[in-house]
Amino acid sequence: MKNISLNIDGKNIKTVERKTVLNVARENGIYIPTLCYHPRTKQAGKCRICVVEVKGLPGLRVSCSLEAKDGMEVLTNTGRIIETRKMIVELYLSSGRHNCISCEGSGTCELQDAAYHLGIEKSSFPNMTKDIPIDTSSPMIIRDMNKCIQCYRCIAGCNDIAVNEVLDMGFRSSRMTVVCDTNKPMGKSSCVICGECVQLCPTGALTERKSATKGRDWETGKIKTTCPYCGVGCQMYLHVRDNEIIKVTGAEDTAPNYGSLCIKGRFGYDFVHSHERLRSPLLRKNGEFAEVSWEDALDFTAKKLLEIKKNHGPESIVGIGCARTTNENNYVMMKFMRAVIGTNNVDHCART
Amino acid sequence: MTNSIGEIENSPVIFIIGSNTTETHPVIANSMKRAAKRGSRLIIADPRKIDLTRWATRHYQHKVGSDIALLNSVMYEIIKNEWHDREFIKKYTEGFDELEKTVSEYPPERVFEICGIPADDIRELAMILGMAERVALYYTLGITEHITGTDNVKTCANLQMLLGNIGKEYTGVNPLRGQNNVQGACDMGVLPDVFTDYQKVSNPVVRENFARAWSVESLPDMEGTKIPAMFDGMLHGDIRALYLVGENVIMSEPNQSHTIKALEQLDLLIVQDIFFNETAKYAHVILPAACFAETEGTFTNTERRIQRVRKAVEPPGQAKEDWWIISELAKRMGYAMGYTLTEQIWEEIRKLTPSMSGITYERIEREGIQWPCPDLNHAGTCYLYCDNVFPCGKAKFQPAQWKPAAEVPDSEYPFVLTTGRRLWHYHTGTQTRRSAGFDDVFPEELIEVNGKDAGKLDIKNGDHIWVVSRRGRVRVKTWVTSRVSPGLCFMTFHFHEACANVLTNNAFDPVAGTAEYKVCAVRLEKEE
Repeated sequence: MKNISLNIDGKNIKTVERKTVLNVARENGIYIPTLCYHPRTKQAGKCRICVVEVKGLPGLRVSCSLEAKDGMEVLTNTGRIIETRKMIVELYLSSGRHNCISCEGSGTCELQDAAYHLGIEKSSFPNMTKDIPIDTSSPMIIRDMNKCIQCYRCIAGCNDIAVNEVLDMGFRSSRMTVVCDTNKPMGKSSCVICGECVQLCPTGALTERKSATKGRDWETGKIKTTCPYCGVGCQMYLHVRDNEIIKVTGAEDTAPNYGSLCIKGRFGYDFVHSHERLRSPLLRKNGEFAEVSWEDALDFTAKKLLEIKKNHGPESIVGIGCARTTNENNYVMMKFMRAVIGTNNVDHCART
Repeated sequence: MTNSIGEIENSPVIFIIGSNTTETHPVIANSMKRAAKRGSRLIIADPRKIDLTRWATRHYQHKVGSDIALLNSVMYEIIKNEWHDREFIKKYTEGFDELEKTVSEYPPERVFEICGIPADDIRELAMILGMAERVALYYTLGITEHITGTDNVKTCANLQMLLGNIGKEYTGVNPLRGQNNVQGACDMGVLPDVFTDYQKVSNPVVRENFARAWSVESLPDMEGTKIPAMFDGMLHGDIRALYLVGENVIMSEPNQSHTIKALEQLDLLIVQDIFFNETAKYAHVILPAACFAETEGTFTNTERRIQRVRKAVEPPGQAKEDWWIISELAKRMGYAMGYTLTEQIWEEIRKLTPSMSGITYERIEREGIQWPCPDLNHAGTCYLYCDNVFPCGKAKFQPAQWKPAAEVPDSEYPFVLTTGRRLWHYHTGTQTRRSAGFDDVFPEELIEVNGKDAGKLDIKNGDHIWVVSRRGRVRVKTWVTSRVSPGLCFMTFHFHEACANVLTNNAFDPVAGTAEYKVCAVRLEKEE
């Protein structure tokens, strides 16, 4: 790829060809707001908030769809650009019910961010809210189309990334809206609830049902870990508040999943906090289980194992490890069976 | 997997046999679907009309348990048409003559009788695979959970070797591992015949190495017992104690009544788990364990990528991490493990496991590394056998003969029941059924029955029926669907209320010890 150099806001930048002006600017710490663009769904050229001026080119140019060329001179924050962006954001704000007070998107909302950066308190246009009923038919996802800005990111995610082909744009003109299948409620559609759309949504139009009111984004710690379900090994963030996982999102910058998850990985986390979790060692006494201390449980178990080993030999003891737990735990298990019990009778469900 | 998940999207031909990928490995299925949309050929051989067939170029709906016959016949056609990779075979393999001899017994016309796929379709499949520049083969438990599981896998490997589809990008023999760390548990030597890195317990040098590292005088040299033989051993009284870590065997092992009888014989059943599951009822002692979100460590995914697991929350009550519990038991039995952090354990693993020596917690802080990674400067391995260097020297063809399943339908039990998983739940349901919303999406077990069979038996969609095998009976709701062909039914083991493993056959593959979950004979009875 050829090296090129261009100038953005007076800053000389060296880069390579086949990049958009937006990407070059972002790589060099220059903020250009976007709403429809996402690194995973690529340019859409819908929202037009990322406009810039380019010397020698007429009008304003959409930076997410404009290829950076050698010698280009780009301005990202002239008065004309700011006025245009303000108008776009104000039109968006007036087109729906963008009330941040208890919106689950607040804190991660890109429309909120754009309004904040442009200093917009409220839209100067009359509100055109259509009061579309909120779709709560899905057990995992809440769809509030009053907050949709028609950026097409959910549609691209559903069709081009997860390839479930459920979401599309339906109807025309002012009635245009994102639909599931043939305009079915999400819970009655062919949606497989992977949540790709939720993760890509720039506003609070698509949110996680189970996370509602559990905590603001800035109140949560995000811990990167590996999904505990199948063998794909998706990387994800556990969003934790007060020792409770309240949400899971896919890690977008790492193999193997680059942000995608399935219903189990994204929504199957609350078993961790189930009231049915075992909390204490239990010992069977006279046919009933009784809570005992770790000391008692471990003493009993070790004594019994030693007794069986002595009376019947190490080969009378078997261990089944666990394909769900970590390498470290599995290693310690096989070491225990071999070095402490003295048998190779150790296996796990790989064969079952 | 010999190859990597990242390659899927650019593979020109993807051949999937015995994997319901959209439901069992949804994120890998996304890559396959993207590939199909970009123009790759997605070729599926599966007895069920699985969801992925929507995106497939071709779907060959062969009979359950006929994989070897089908693939041998495909190889018969490939060799007949000289589509095989002669150079690769000559330079890098041995045993081609035996393979040729074996597959010569599988002309498509004969195989049609076994697998139900018309001879011309078999020829077409052979042509698609044989004429492709590269083919990547993917399989899951549809290949392995048979009494011929080992031979099924060998046959997949034979096909890929025949076409030279190994040791290159966009090729390979790629099993999609079903559980988050089943690859890791195997790599760690939680198997009766090997230590970490598949180092044989029968090798005295290996044993000595581990004995020295673990400061013990000696280690047992006799190969241990595999799971199916463990349960038989309990019934015979040879096995008196079972230490069960995180496995709900009552639900997950085939032939449930056999499993229960075996567990009842034990002098000591230690259940270490996160829930009081169906198996815990039979325990003498139950030890509460921490789950994935409460522990530090690593999992190894299906493409051999070792990835970090991090502690996000505290375990409930007195629950403890598995390694702590096991170390405490060891201490009381006179052996001090001395671990205080999981990283210490990993460092010990690294020293004893050549293929992972180069992987440290620090190196995988941001992104996992795929083994083999023998030293700290090694970047990891995306695909195995690069430059056709095989650990055993030349790659060996291991031809296999087809044989029928252990239990085939008869007049008393006229249907084949095959089992698997659904997208909406996971394994024995211990996790998904305790997570909100999942039972709303898929609240109860459904048996898939073909419309023709349902019509004959006067069963309507949604009716509850009894499914009866030689080993047990369950009451289950019917889903009349063309996903299964006539004569075939499908169930899962997610629901204790109607668990397929009450019915399944515990006959197993003699080499791998894998039970034949994919085939048993049942009859369907209308509820009176």
